[in-house]
Amino acid sequence: MNRYIGYLLVLALLLVAPFLVYPVFLMKLLCFALFACAFNLILGYGGLLSFGHAAFFGGAAFITGHAIKVWGLPTELGLLVGAGSAAVLGLAIGLLAIRRQGIYFAMITLALAQMAYFLFVSADFTGGENGLQGVPRGTALGIFDLQDNINMYYFVLAVFLIGYAIIARTVNSPFGQVLSAIRDNEPRATSLGYDVDRHKLLAFVLSAGLAGLAGATKTVVFQLASLTDVHWHMSGEVVLMTLLGGLGTLAGPAVGAAVIVTLQNYLASGALSAWVPVVLGTIFVICVLAFRRGVVGELRVLLRKTF
Amino acid sequence: MPDSEDFILETRGLTKEFKGFTAVDDVNLKVRRHHIHALIGPNGAGKTTVFNLLTKFLIPTRGTITVNGRDITATKPAEISRMGMIRSFQISAVFPHMTARENVRVALQRKLGTSFHFWKPVSSLNSLNARAEELLHMVGLDHFADAVAGDMPYGRKRALEIATTLALEPELMLLDEPTQGMGREDVERITQLIRKVSAQRTILMVEHNLGVVSTLCDRITVLQRGAILTEGDYATVSADPRVKEAYMGKAA
Repeated sequence: MNRYIGYLLVLALLLVAPFLVYPVFLMKLLCFALFACAFNLILGYGGLLSFGHAAFFGGAAFITGHAIKVWGLPTELGLLVGAGSAAVLGLAIGLLAIRRQGIYFAMITLALAQMAYFLFVSADFTGGENGLQGVPRGTALGIFDLQDNINMYYFVLAVFLIGYAIIARTVNSPFGQVLSAIRDNEPRATSLGYDVDRHKLLAFVLSAGLAGLAGATKTVVFQLASLTDVHWHMSGEVVLMTLLGGLGTLAGPAVGAAVIVTLQNYLASGALSAWVPVVLGTIFVICVLAFRRGVVGELRVLLRKTF
Repeated sequence: MPDSEDFILETRGLTKEFKGFTAVDDVNLKVRRHHIHALIGPNGAGKTTVFNLLTKFLIPTRGTITVNGRDITATKPAEISRMGMIRSFQISAVFPHMTARENVRVALQRKLGTSFHFWKPVSSLNSLNARAEELLHMVGLDHFADAVAGDMPYGRKRALEIATTLALEPELMLLDEPTQGMGREDVERITQLIRKVSAQRTILMVEHNLGVVSTLCDRITVLQRGAILTEGDYATVSADPRVKEAYMGKAA
């Protein structure tokens, strides 16, 4: 019951937010929140540390940009093409990486994502160092002009909510049960007759596709896809967001993303602009040392203790 | 050969070599249907290695394994399980972050064939709850259904593991030291439980506790340095001077 009230409050807040805060900033926040939640699906619920999620986020950003700008696809379809390609890329990388565990899995995903990065650097359609610029926002459902920031905001909010709903359902599904069994005790899951690699692969593909949806949406918001989106820094940042917010909690990564994006935005314009990485690094160290469950994880424990 | 149909599990010339070391040496094991069969032997005799070979967690260097007359030497572990041959582990193998009911249900769930259905609500599994609770009742865990498995006492975890294994209705259960690390009370409880669930099933177990072996097992195979030393019922095996020397002598 309390949980539904909480959800309704957050939803109400999200609905009025663009009238209180600069909508473009909020849209950026929602894109990264979706990215982190998608990443959490494989790290928090699948127990696999992928260090290559920038390839899905940035790859979809470029493909969606190209699909809308050059092929002239409507915005919604462009997003689906981007997310779909990220899922296919996820399948390819997943097939190669999923048999390995721990650090080896992280290294293989990183290496393959770096290969994707160099492909995007050298491909013509990405615009190389300049990025893919001037992607038109188009209209939503052919009616709402997305050039208007408020319309665009509600469109992004809808995409975020759909993505979040898919993740929430996946976690609380028959598949989610098997996935958490695998995370808890992989040999036992095998001995019960589950093909663990195929379950992990499906989780990885879903995570990649949703990360792609986030990257694709970001392209439409900023009308730009750049190499920053596919750079391995991005893969690192999403790990940071997820851990800071709370690994394996549904809302945690979204909170973590909000914290990081807000800090980046406000620090960048102030006196500390050159010190952003240092500030973020310090926060990360404090989080890992003192609040290992992340913001949402610690809050949950606190609530459980007090009530 | 009608005689061979009595054996549910057979190995021929089963051998496992690690670098320069033969852990399992030419083992010909025959497990009779509906028997409780124990694999005993001193530490390092290769019991657990045999176990891992049978359940395909290790690949044999030589030899064959047949279950119900079907060669499974090249079959994957998950598939062995789907053939009705389920193993337990030396360390209790529960899913620590799930409740006892969920632990059993995740095993029952496989038959629904929805293990990849990420779009269905988890409540679609509620139809399995009754059966899960029945299995928990069978192992005396009625009051633990909603307990998180990781928080349960050790002996209860092992009981939960057996309930989870039973959920798959195995024809052949392989138990790796089911009473290891338990107090006497728990040992007693698990022994009773194994006897109870052995009806219409075959059980092959690795066991250190000779009290458990003597009360429970129809047939015993003694391993020493990776090879079979002797085989027979408890009276035969315990009277064998070589066994006394290799095993009982050390144990006493």
